[in-house]
Amino acid sequence: MKKIFTKDNSTYIIVILAYILVEVLINTGHLSSLMKGLLVPLCVYVILAVSLNLTVGILGELSLGHAGFMCVGAFSGAIFTQIIGDSMNGGLRFFIAIIIGAVVAAIFGIIIGIPVLRLKGDYLAIVTLAFGEIIKNIINILYLGVDDNGFHLSTQNAAALGLDPDSGRIIIKGAQGISGTPTNSNFTIGVILVLITLFVTLNLIHSRTGRAIMSIRDNRIAAESIGINITKYKLLAFTISAAFAGIAGVLYAHNLSSLTALPKNFGYNMSIMILVFVVLGGMGNIRGSVIAAVVLTLLPELLRGLNEYRMLIYSIVLIAVMIISWSPTAKAFRERYFGFLFKKKKGVS
Amino acid sequence: MSFISYIINGLSLGAVYAIIALGYTMVYGIAKMLNFAHGDVIMVGAYVVFVLVSGLGLAPLIGIFASVAVCTAAGVLIMMIAYRPLLQVSKLAVLITAIGVSYFLQNVALLIFGADTKSFTSVVSFKGFTLADGRINVTGETVVTIAACIIIMIVLTLFIKYTKAGRAMLAVSEDAGAAQLMGVNVNGTIALTFAIGSALAAVAGVLLCSSYPSLTPYTGSMPGIKAFVAAVFGGIGSIPGAFIGGLLLGIIEILGKAYISSQMADAIVFAVLIVVLLVKPTGLLGKEVQEKV
Repeated sequence: MKKIFTKDNSTYIIVILAYILVEVLINTGHLSSLMKGLLVPLCVYVILAVSLNLTVGILGELSLGHAGFMCVGAFSGAIFTQIIGDSMNGGLRFFIAIIIGAVVAAIFGIIIGIPVLRLKGDYLAIVTLAFGEIIKNIINILYLGVDDNGFHLSTQNAAALGLDPDSGRIIIKGAQGISGTPTNSNFTIGVILVLITLFVTLNLIHSRTGRAIMSIRDNRIAAESIGINITKYKLLAFTISAAFAGIAGVLYAHNLSSLTALPKNFGYNMSIMILVFVVLGGMGNIRGSVIAAVVLTLLPELLRGLNEYRMLIYSIVLIAVMIISWSPTAKAFRERYFGFLFKKKKGVS
Repeated sequence: MSFISYIINGLSLGAVYAIIALGYTMVYGIAKMLNFAHGDVIMVGAYVVFVLVSGLGLAPLIGIFASVAVCTAAGVLIMMIAYRPLLQVSKLAVLITAIGVSYFLQNVALLIFGADTKSFTSVVSFKGFTLADGRINVTGETVVTIAACIIIMIVLTLFIKYTKAGRAMLAVSEDAGAAQLMGVNVNGTIALTFAIGSALAAVAGVLLCSSYPSLTPYTGSMPGIKAFVAAVFGGIGSIPGAFIGGLLLGIIEILGKAYISSQMADAIVFAVLIVVLLVKPTGLLGKEVQEKV
């Protein structure tokens, strides 16, 4: 008989239980509107954290440009929704938008991955950061319009698009981004996407491909010497990771009616924040990423009562948690005084 | 003529990047960590001078010394509390605490000074001069910044080459374990590196805010990233590399702003970095490390 409560299944169960809990809270009116507004972003962050864990934890390459892929996905999905408009059923349109966001982000993953994955370590980190910033920068100067003659693209201003005054419609207005996107995202769709992301990622990890990817992480040269195609598997992991970031982006874009590429949402700060989720949750630990993303997103909101001190406390908590969970001194202390709380697992450290 | 003045402005901005990048690259060379909080130490240094010179009316020189002292102390303290417990464990764990420290410094500044932009009075009293019959204007800040950068570069090179502490730094960056066996105080050397790096960040902060006089809690963030780019550009861990990388980056940024697009300046800088790294994967002056099986 197969075990039901494996680590993987427990991840799904946690997500589903959390979903049921939240739905009960909403229906009994116990959830503040502030928290309701956080539900979709929570799903976005969880998908981002899980997908980045694929690059950082499973593939073992430090990427600081994850927000760039999210940005690509968000804009491509929102552009599709804008072009189609009301000529298609909302649900189907959103479904196709998600697929388009994922595909476009995956294409960017391949384009960026081919040159970037030749680099190593911190050089790779800075180049991914650079790509993320370039994507954000380009979208900020981009103007896109559509009329009966097709699409018009400009990097100057809206007038330079030369749109037909009757049928023309501007989709991206430079730094003002895309506005008037229908808000198709909701918590249920978010949770379904989270479950799909988890399903794909966890199954990938346990597959032959996943083991090949992890062997590259553990020892690149040894992996190469037993005939594993390093470039192929690296690129595969990177691309899948980018595709899910794209999906998160589409979800994000359809949560609010206006979409702009600000440093706050698509800049390196966002990439770093996702990386914090991944490292705090445990590298390569998918369940950890889910929990860390949820806890760290909720923490500043729960501390809201402390007003201006909340981000300060957040930063102190972050440093403290890192030191307590990673430093050898703290580890020894924990084992000595609280060792009875943890079951001893042999061979797992 | 405008081209020459762009180059001069670029050199001035690049000199600031170079000073910050020197701190970045030294810390990286020794501790092998990306110190994301380095940019925020710049901001701390600038606020100290702002309080002492603009607020209390002290002489600029006192302000600068105080700022260097505060940042040095802060740098060493941050290293001892937040980085040292994790340095030997995981590079990524230190990266995350560095991000935590960065948030911490920004939020402390936010609490004390508020989010509004403070106008920073330049600490440079020298008025500058004009060249080519007044067609090229060189500000005092530009002169002082470039001079400071060159002096720092020379002193640092001499320090590392000819003093015991400097050679200890080289030894630790080469192989910390072996250096310890040879009787080098590794922890002390790491602390000294952080002290020097943070002192340089204070100087850079004062110079940056003298040239671009707006100060917010997030002032250090982007220059910090740019200096990181400069350090990687020149080959991270290499001191001459940080110097050259910083200057080139400043010039590219100003020229990109002037001739291509002011909104795209950052993207141009990052694009140049990508091209350089694809051609030379360890930066301009970086060492190629052979991987052993």
